[in-house]
Order: sequence, then C-alpha cells, then structure tokens
Amino acid sequence: MTIDETPGGRPPSSAHEIERYGGLFAKRTRGMTSSAMRDMMAVTARPEVISLATGLPDTTTFPAEDFAWLMARVAVDSSAAALQYGPTDGLDDVRRCIVEVMAAEGTEVEIDDIMVTTGGQQVIDLVCRAFLDPGDVVVAEAPTYPGAVPCFNSFQADVVQIAMDEHGMRMDVLEETLARLKREGRRPKFIYTIPNFQNPGGVTMSLERRRALVKIAAEQELVILEDNPYGLLRYEGEPLPTLYSLDGGRYVIYLGTFSKILSAGLRLGWTAAPKPILERMNLGKQAADLCSSPLNQYFVAAYFQHRDWRTYLTQLRTIYRRRRDVMLAALEEYFPAEATFTRPQGGLFLWATLPDYLDTTDLLARALREHVAFVPGRAAYLDGRGGSEMRLNFSGVNEDEIREGVRRIGKVIAEQVALYGTLTGQKPAPKRGADVVEFRRREAS
Amino acid sequence: MKVAVLKGGSSLERTVSLRSGARVEDALARLGHEVLPIDVGADLVERLQTERPDVAFVALHGRGGEDGTVQELLELVGVPYTASRPGACIRCMDKVVAKHALRDAGIPTPDFYAFSQAAFEELGAAKALPAIEERLDFPIVVKPAGQGSALGIKFASRAADVPNALVSAFSYDAKVLLERYVPGRDLAVSVIEGPDGPQALPVVEAIPTEEDFYDFESRYEIGRTRFVCPADLSPELAERAQELALATWRVLGCSGFARVDLMTDGEDLTVLEANAIPGLTDTSLLPLAAEAAGIGFDEFVTRVLDLAVQRTSV
Repeated sequence: MTIDETPGGRPPSSAHEIERYGGLFAKRTRGMTSSAMRDMMAVTARPEVISLATGLPDTTTFPAEDFAWLMARVAVDSSAAALQYGPTDGLDDVRRCIVEVMAAEGTEVEIDDIMVTTGGQQVIDLVCRAFLDPGDVVVAEAPTYPGAVPCFNSFQADVVQIAMDEHGMRMDVLEETLARLKREGRRPKFIYTIPNFQNPGGVTMSLERRRALVKIAAEQELVILEDNPYGLLRYEGEPLPTLYSLDGGRYVIYLGTFSKILSAGLRLGWTAAPKPILERMNLGKQAADLCSSPLNQYFVAAYFQHRDWRTYLTQLRTIYRRRRDVMLAALEEYFPAEATFTRPQGGLFLWATLPDYLDTTDLLARALREHVAFVPGRAAYLDGRGGSEMRLNFSGVNEDEIREGVRRIGKVIAEQVALYGTLTGQKPAPKRGADVVEFRRREAS
Repeated sequence: MKVAVLKGGSSLERTVSLRSGARVEDALARLGHEVLPIDVGADLVERLQTERPDVAFVALHGRGGEDGTVQELLELVGVPYTASRPGACIRCMDKVVAKHALRDAGIPTPDFYAFSQAAFEELGAAKALPAIEERLDFPIVVKPAGQGSALGIKFASRAADVPNALVSAFSYDAKVLLERYVPGRDLAVSVIEGPDGPQALPVVEAIPTEEDFYDFESRYEIGRTRFVCPADLSPELAERAQELALATWRVLGCSGFARVDLMTDGEDLTVLEANAIPGLTDTSLLPLAAEAAGIGFDEFVTRVLDLAVQRTSV
C-alpha cells in the first residue's frame, strides 16, 4: 500500500520527517527498506501487464454462489461466535478439518498438535520469533521462498543457503555446511525447506533426501521448518511422505495453508509442531494477533461440512496442470537455447536460468515495456546471487496469457542474447527448437 | 483553484511518484485548493478535457512524466502545469543530451561516450570499446541515458564486465553512456524559481551509512544513507556548487524547480545530471533543502503553482 491511499490521513507536518523518525527506527528494520527492485514490482500490478510474477492461486474458479451460501450459513448458524474473539489455537472444528487435509497427504496428526494461524506466512514469523536472536543462523534452500526473505531479515538472521538439484536440497552440501558451522561454534536454529514443488525452484525433494534430512536433524538435534503449501497440488508422479510424518513430529515443525486448496483471502494456515515449540508459538501468536479470524474459520468449517473440498481441489489440479503444460510448451518454443528451466511435478512455479551475462532485474525493466512481468532471481537469495535467474508463475493467469507472456519474455531475452553476441563477437546458440524440427523431419521422411 | 495532481503512471518510479503526489495533495488541501488526484493512464487527456483543472501539478518521475511527454500533452490541452516545459524535460531526462549541453557550455561533467543500440547493431561500435576503455580508465560507469533512478547503473571494473553492463543498461533505454568514474562525495543542489529568478538551495550531501561502495541502489534509501543539509563544505565550495547548479539550470532551460546532482573530489566539482522533477516525498532531497532555506513544503507548492499560472498568462 502506498500513502497515496489514505489522502489527508496524516497530520500536517513541516519538519523533515525522515530526520524526525530516522533515529527511532529499530536496527532490525534496516533490512526492510524499499528498494528499486521492489519499486519496480509496483508496476507489475498495472492492468495492462501480464504478470507471471505473482504467486496467486486462481480464485475466479471458486463458485460465487457457494461462497454466498456458505457465508449465509455461517451468519445463521454461528453469528455471535463468528463475530467474537476465538481461541489462540483455533477452532476445534477447523483443526479437525486440518487433520483431514493432512491425512490426505498421508500425515497423521492429533488436533492438539495443531495451531491455526493467519496464513502460512504467520508460521514463518512465529517460528522466527520463537527461535531467533540477532545473528542466529537459519539454513534455507538456494533459491528460497522470496516471501520468507523479509521475515528472516527482520529478525536479523544469518541465512545460509544450500544449493539444490533436481532432487531438492543437496544433502552433501548441507552436511558440509553444518560441519563448517559446527567448527565455527554456531548451531543453526532451524532448517527451512519447501520439499514439494519448491517455491521458487519448482523442484521436489526425493524420498531418499527426505529420509536423509530427517536423520540429520535427529542426529544433530536440529529443528526443520517444513513449508508445504502445495503438496496437494501434484499433477504427476507419486506423492511423497511429509518430513513431519517421516520424523514422527519430533524435530519437524509443519506449515500448512488453506490458501492454495481453498482461498488465499481467508488468510488461514496452520502449524503442527512438537508441544514445547507449539506452546512458544502460541505465546508469540497471542502477542501478534490473539487469534486468527473466527469468521473465516467458521467459513472453513462450514465449507468442509457442506461441500467436498476434494472436488474443488481436483478441479484446481486440472486447471493448473494444463497451465503448467502450456507454460512448458511455450518455454520450449519461445525461450532461446541458452536458457534452462525446471519442470515441476506440481505447485505454482518454475525457475528459469539464463546465461550469466544477463541480469534479470534489468531484464524485468525491459520486459515491463512489453507489458509482461516475472520475479527476478535475486529476490530468492539473501546473498546477492540469482542475478541471472527468474521465477515464473503459471497459476495466476489463463493459458492464452501464459503463452503470450512467455513469448514476450522470450523475445526480450533473445534480443539481449543477440546484443551480447554483437558486443563480444559470440554467436548465439542454435534455436532450442532446431533439434525437434530435425527429428520431426526425419520422422516424416 | 482546482488543481490536478498527476502521479503514478507506468514508469519504474511509479511508487516514488505516488508518494510525491500524495504529499503534494496534502499540501494543496491544507492550502484550500480543490484537489483532483490523477493516476495517469490511457484516460489522461480525456480526464483533463472533462475535468478542466485550473492548473496541473506534475508529480511524475521517470519515463512519460519527466521526459516531456506529459508536458507536451498539457500544452496541447491548454492546462497550465508546474516545473519545466517539454524542451527542458527532454534535455534533463536524456543524460547524453544533458551532458553534451553541459560540456559545450564549459560546465564540468565526467568524460563520457554515448552509444545507441543501433550503433552496436548496425555500425560495429563494439570495435570502438577498447579505445573507450583506454581513455576512460576503469572502473567505468555504464548508465542508460534515460532512467531517473539508480536502476540499470553498473560499474565495470574490467573490460570483461563492459558487455554485460551495456546489455543491462540497454534494458532501460536504446541509448547508453559510458562515463568516467569520479570518486568523492555525493552532493545535490535543488533550485527553486522565485520572483527574482532561480534560487539555489543549500547543498545536501548523501553519505552512505554502510560500505556499499558500488551499490547505487542504497544511495537514496532510508537507513542506508544519511543526508546532511547544509553539507559540511567550505563556504567557497558550497557557493561554487550552487553556481554550477544554477548554470546547469540555465543551460538546460529549466523552470519552476529542479535538482542538480554533483560530485566533489577535494576542491573539484563535476555535474552528473539534472532532474526536471525530483522526488517530493518525505524523504526526498529538494523538500529537505527547501526546509533548510526556510521554505516550508506548503510555501514551495504555492510558489510553484503561482509560477505555473503566471507562465500561461504572459
């Protein structure tokens, strides 16, 4: 939000405000300043821009009449309670829904192990609150969820990012890093991971790696924060067990959300965690917001009681699978051969890597002139890496827009690759499609 | 008066512009004007034609709003507007045009070479790069010609960095410049026009709080840069900086208000660029300098509006 939206809302001032407040802001807010990149992201929200930058689920797919009927139901059945404060842990009815959702992924959990939160994002915040002193080490994937970056920054964490490959976080790199940290006398407070269809990487942690990670955590007594917003949005391949289920709830804090299977606007997520941790997080939540919206929780309870949540989920899977396929096909067609990209088995994102001489933050400026947007890779790192990478979302816009958006980005990349070739005398690689055409021709003859 | 505040738009400096605009709107409301906020888009001309404001306060930054485009439209529609006219806007926004004008007028500005994308694509300009690198010495600053903020500005510390930096700069504009790196302190001199002509305000110095030597982005961020006004300079040096700012203003033909950015290395002063519509937010340099000169924000807005109205009545 900009100040612009509340005209006249501030008292008149004549003194220079930055000087007035500058000395009062907490040191930890230093990492939260606006940056040119964030300013640029403001333009991506313009209506003329095809934004492959958001992480938005497609809420137009939820039937408006269902919404109206369920809300009316809440008003009739639970008016006073829905308008009242609720328990910090969340409503029992909602926690029972959560048990059901987690069971659908093969994870057994008791309702007492669960706390309802204000979006999954709050779980990250509460875990940081509970565990982090300034300078503490957090281990995360490289790249990591861009939305976690400001949270880690605001708690002044020292985030160490572990490289991934097509099987997720690399355990050899993790073990080396943990050994190094141990030598330095530093114990990481937690390991943050998104095992399924990682945001932004689009890769899934293999079963073998999951077992290895849980084992490392148990042996070294390290806590894992398992962020699993997309697990149920799998479009191909076999579901894999959650870290929480593999570990038996000893070292894993689980993060789930209704945002991707029902509605992001409800701002409802949850955590399942070992009791002592849950208690600390509960205290943190009391300080943060007392409880998550009971009105919205009643809506969830009514939805699970009167509608089949799995039907809607199946529908979402079908839509998103198609959109993913359209994006992959468009990338094959329009991205130059110098670019590579991941092929996610689910979720909402994929990750593209361009030649290292291209800077995707600058490329975004050029792409915005073609009215298309993506997330520059730097947003997913805390150490300045990711300059030639980008995140592309395929859930938020329709198939035609995905195709057109990818076409425009591909055009801009090709233009820059050619320009670099002109500047250095290097020839661009042959077009990605060349082999395919060759192959088809042979087939035809 | 009915005052339209033009802000936002689709330039990369949209966010800053919205904040500048909001602050101007607050001031206008306090001054008792009727405020018409316009987030500029495809309906701009139509809105100006139907709403018929008495005057427009242009609080736009960057492409479209600061480069003469909107000013040209305002002239066409016949709505008086604040700050510089199209010609001066074009000269300020295009760093290549500005630097040529400064150099021709004998105003010191770092050595530079400018190229269009076409020069590389059609005229083999790449072959000239080694000669440029020799003449400018490393590090070389590579800048898009027409980008107001720090976006796209890169340091090339060796020859191998130059092509990447050029590709980045060409993301923002079809014209770029390679400029000699000038070490030293960052200064900004804002100029406001008054009844007796342009007045240079006290010098502001931007001092990075961290060692972000190569990080342009941090320069104007709260918490990462400290602003000192008046800057800690000898009276002679401060006066020369103000004189250079006024000379720059005249050469580029500015009106209303503007900000000139300079560098000082010891006693040497060079002009980097001029901004036809500098930021007017709570954290911007022009309002800070005006404050130091005893000119409150409301008074600044009043002055600028009066000038805009007078300009058309002549």
